[in-house]
Amino acid sequence: MELSEAKKIIEALLFTSEKPITIEQMKEVLEEVDAKDIKTALADLQTEYETLGRSFKVYELAGGYQMVTMPEFADYLKKFYRVKSKDKLTKPALETLAIVAYRQPITKADIEDIRGVNVDGVIKTLADRQLIKITGRKDAPGRPILYGTTKEFLDRFGLSSLNELPKLGEFTESDIDLSELKQGLGGQEVQDGTGEVTQEDRPVGQEDNTAPEQQGAAERQDRPAEGEGK
Amino acid sequence: MTYKVKLDVFEGPLDLLLYLIKKEEADIFDIPISKITEQYLHYLEYMELLDLHIAGEFIVMAATLMHIKSRLLLPPDEQPPEEVEEEDPRAELVRRLIEYKKFKEAAGELSELERRRSMVFPRSVDETQYIDQTEGPYFEASIFDLINAFSTILKSVSREAFLEVVKDEFTVEEKVHELFHMLVEQPVINFKDIFKKSRSKIELIATFLALLELIRLKEVMVRQHNIFGEIEVVRNPNNIGPKLKAAVEGTPNGTV
Repeated sequence: MELSEAKKIIEALLFTSEKPITIEQMKEVLEEVDAKDIKTALADLQTEYETLGRSFKVYELAGGYQMVTMPEFADYLKKFYRVKSKDKLTKPALETLAIVAYRQPITKADIEDIRGVNVDGVIKTLADRQLIKITGRKDAPGRPILYGTTKEFLDRFGLSSLNELPKLGEFTESDIDLSELKQGLGGQEVQDGTGEVTQEDRPVGQEDNTAPEQQGAAERQDRPAEGEGK
Repeated sequence: MTYKVKLDVFEGPLDLLLYLIKKEEADIFDIPISKITEQYLHYLEYMELLDLHIAGEFIVMAATLMHIKSRLLLPPDEQPPEEVEEEDPRAELVRRLIEYKKFKEAAGELSELERRRSMVFPRSVDETQYIDQTEGPYFEASIFDLINAFSTILKSVSREAFLEVVKDEFTVEEKVHELFHMLVEQPVINFKDIFKKSRSKIELIATFLALLELIRLKEVMVRQHNIFGEIEVVRNPNNIGPKLKAAVEGTPNGTV
């Protein structure tokens, strides 16, 4: 099949579909066209729309592709469809969601360690809204439940995969030279049981990912003076 | 008053610390522990006065702060055991604060992604997809901003007003309705102005709790133009509907 032909078919699929279509789904229809060519065709379509100044574009979302309108028309569309606002997430909910997104799979206890407060209510809200889900159980005493993000999460934040999450924070553990703390007093390690701090700037890939290139997989840095000074 | 506002909808102890550090313009790597501890306890007192349900975590943090403070007061060991590097007693706390701050910032980025996502429409328009972000250059005030502003108001009320014998009892529920009516007439109210009619300390507190309740129910939002600036109370544009009555009369179920 000619690539230009394949491109038109893909356009037809995108035009009619109400949900993101994955490369795999396109492949099923296009048979002898491979994933690489489909990607090229999608990129071509995108360039075409851009050069023609169309009001829509090809958008990669939650592991698939979809036609969406350009942001500048949001106000008109909103008016036309009388779109109501989605319930906004509260700050604690967003923070908790961020922790789950970057550190998944993660237990409730680990989230509470980072946030310093109980997160029962927030976890329930996020699960009710299908932004997080139970992904398994940790192989630890009590087999605590592990949480991860969902496809709805990717959709809501316009991400095609978890690898697209913005890089986490400008501070990393290595930036914090603890010896620079200006007073070197005190004889004991503070024992408040926060557990170790893992360093990873990107979440580890999980099943929802289309591009599961794993980066920064839970590289641990031992804290200086851990358990010492007694 | 048997009315407790659940604070878990709002911020936690780490938020309070970050708030105080920012307010004092202190260096997070060199936290003035004495000063911050003092202020932290001060806020806890206000929370107690307001009869807010203070989570145990706030108390644990208070203890941690006092522990660090006391250790900073101790002279360093005469003979440090071998060559063990002595760690600053604040180090662990600093680590936690920084770790937490990273996620607070990430939450802000998620919020921006959500906004951008809400501007594009797929082929089938989901009627609830649009998230109104017409807030402009405002950001939401935190519970600590509110407590801070409220403490100023409590202090500024003349003593005479407190000496007046006020027989009326005020319920938070009444105040919720009063506040709501004010907002219907005037969509943006300065924080101070919601207390204008209050005559006694009890009434001030009831009004403040009513405000917290309305925030919890997402009926109103509090916002500031800049950090530590004037606080404005506005109706939540995302939530204008007749739900209020039922929500207030029912038991608060503490959903976020």
